[in-house]
Amino acid sequence: MAAQLAARRRRTAARRALGKIVINEVRLAWRSPRGLLFGIVLPALLVVIFGELPKAQVHRSSLGGLTLFTVEVPVLLAFVIAAMALYSLPIPLAGYREQGILRRLSITPARPSWVLAAQVAVNLAFALAGLAIILIVGVAALGESAPKSPGGFILAVLLSLAAVFAIGLTIAALARTAGSAYGIGVVTFVPLMFFAGLWFPRQEMTAWLADVSEYTPLGAASQATQDAIGGMFPPAALLLALVGYAAFFGFAAARYFRWE
Amino acid sequence: MSTGHAARASEPAVEVRGLRKVYGGFVAVDDVSLSVEDGEIFGILGPNGAGKTTTVECVIGLRIADAGTIRVLGLDPVRDRDELHQVVGAQLQISALPAKLRVGEIIDLYRSFYVEPADPDELVQALGLDAKMGAYYRSLSGGQRQRLAVVLALIGRPRVAVLDEMTTGLDPEARREAWGLIEGVRDRGVTVILVTHFMEEAERLCDRVAFIDRGRIVALDTPARLAARAKSSKQVRFVPSAPFDDRILTSLPEVESVTRRGQTVVVAGKGQLVNAVILTLAGAGVTALDVELGSSTLEDAFMALTARQPDHKGAA
Repeated sequence: MAAQLAARRRRTAARRALGKIVINEVRLAWRSPRGLLFGIVLPALLVVIFGELPKAQVHRSSLGGLTLFTVEVPVLLAFVIAAMALYSLPIPLAGYREQGILRRLSITPARPSWVLAAQVAVNLAFALAGLAIILIVGVAALGESAPKSPGGFILAVLLSLAAVFAIGLTIAALARTAGSAYGIGVVTFVPLMFFAGLWFPRQEMTAWLADVSEYTPLGAASQATQDAIGGMFPPAALLLALVGYAAFFGFAAARYFRWE
Repeated sequence: MSTGHAARASEPAVEVRGLRKVYGGFVAVDDVSLSVEDGEIFGILGPNGAGKTTTVECVIGLRIADAGTIRVLGLDPVRDRDELHQVVGAQLQISALPAKLRVGEIIDLYRSFYVEPADPDELVQALGLDAKMGAYYRSLSGGQRQRLAVVLALIGRPRVAVLDEMTTGLDPEARREAWGLIEGVRDRGVTVILVTHFMEEAERLCDRVAFIDRGRIVALDTPARLAARAKSSKQVRFVPSAPFDDRILTSLPEVESVTRRGQTVVVAGKGQLVNAVILTLAGAGVTALDVELGSSTLEDAFMALTARQPDHKGAA
């Protein structure tokens, strides 16, 4: 059938096009490397600093007997996820829409949604690379223990990625310009990373603040990964909180996303 | 045609019937019907905001019409969008590309969308972009971006090409080159829809022209016949020595319309128009200076039909 053959050739072209879009998104990220520097290089440097700092190797009663280094590793894991999801993902997407790049694509056989998919895939890949670097540097070079509950760790990381990327997509949906995506990204990143313990270890927070932070997206992410590294399967409440964020913001992003 | 949707020779390439598009309460396009024959260059002219762009955006499936039917090579722009976008290429007024992609990368990307793409080297050469293949998009001049937009409109080897204001912002020399290019595209058998506000461009290129004003087609014919239609009425142009009220002229039976272009007053009408105008002005103490009898052009036809001055934005 001619029509079926034509449809098959269109699908072949579509797969090839999707591959090229992904390659171009990697090129663009590499040529404007702010997102990679902030989301991968900076946390990797911080893990080295905390790993080498003698004061960070002291077991402290205020941290529940843990060292500052041990406490910081899950915070930096959350940092990588947040930087990729809240900056690196939404700013280009909002910019593409603002500049009419998605509009131009929508009159070709390609779909603007392919660019969205490529952005998510590329930033997920970058986030996984950043997480791997922190773990490898932390475990192999700096003597941190590998996650003692590997299954719990993988589950915690995957759910954290889903929750925080859904928030990033919601930012991309709501921001009209790249500039406002950046602004919303900052306003989201700073408090969420506070609850993850970036400026102040969660273990030293007052009880009610620590309770609140456990149920924020990045607080839950760093607590769940911390538990898994320590050998405990993360509590269901934390994992469910992450699932809830992923579902809520996933729906919000789908509901409000505009191509023009 | 591999897509199996080749229009029969007798069938128009593009057929629009009763198109209507409303934004909020504003009727942008109101009952537009036109058909574009296979292989012709069809011009759409009109003042800014007349509905030209909205019309072609509905044709290429970028906007959904509120009423009416559109067929492009027999395809419905909304229902058959996958097939349509394989065979229709467009250059939009507002569009951009990623600043830090190179020209060659962008062309390669767009080429990958199509089942039977064109030879990129040939297109790039024809548009004089061969020296720019390694340049970032952001480093291109306005004219170079425009030419890249034309390459991207043609890279899928379309059977219908929609070019919206493609020569706006080009210098006169580049504009003439672009005209040659459009004729070249047509000579390859591509049907071209050209949205423009340059009368000269339409006169030179288009087989047929539709004038759109306030969302409606006010005339549709060959440029020569449209110009001839305007000629049937006479035209006097002059610069008045002193201000005067247009009504002293419009009240004359000979006068059909009075328009002002800067200092110049253009009076269209019939009968003993020149005598009537000059005598009336003299009676009001005004002398008509630099009197000319207008030769009728497409621009005059446009003026007569829309009673408004065409937009000269961007004209060099």
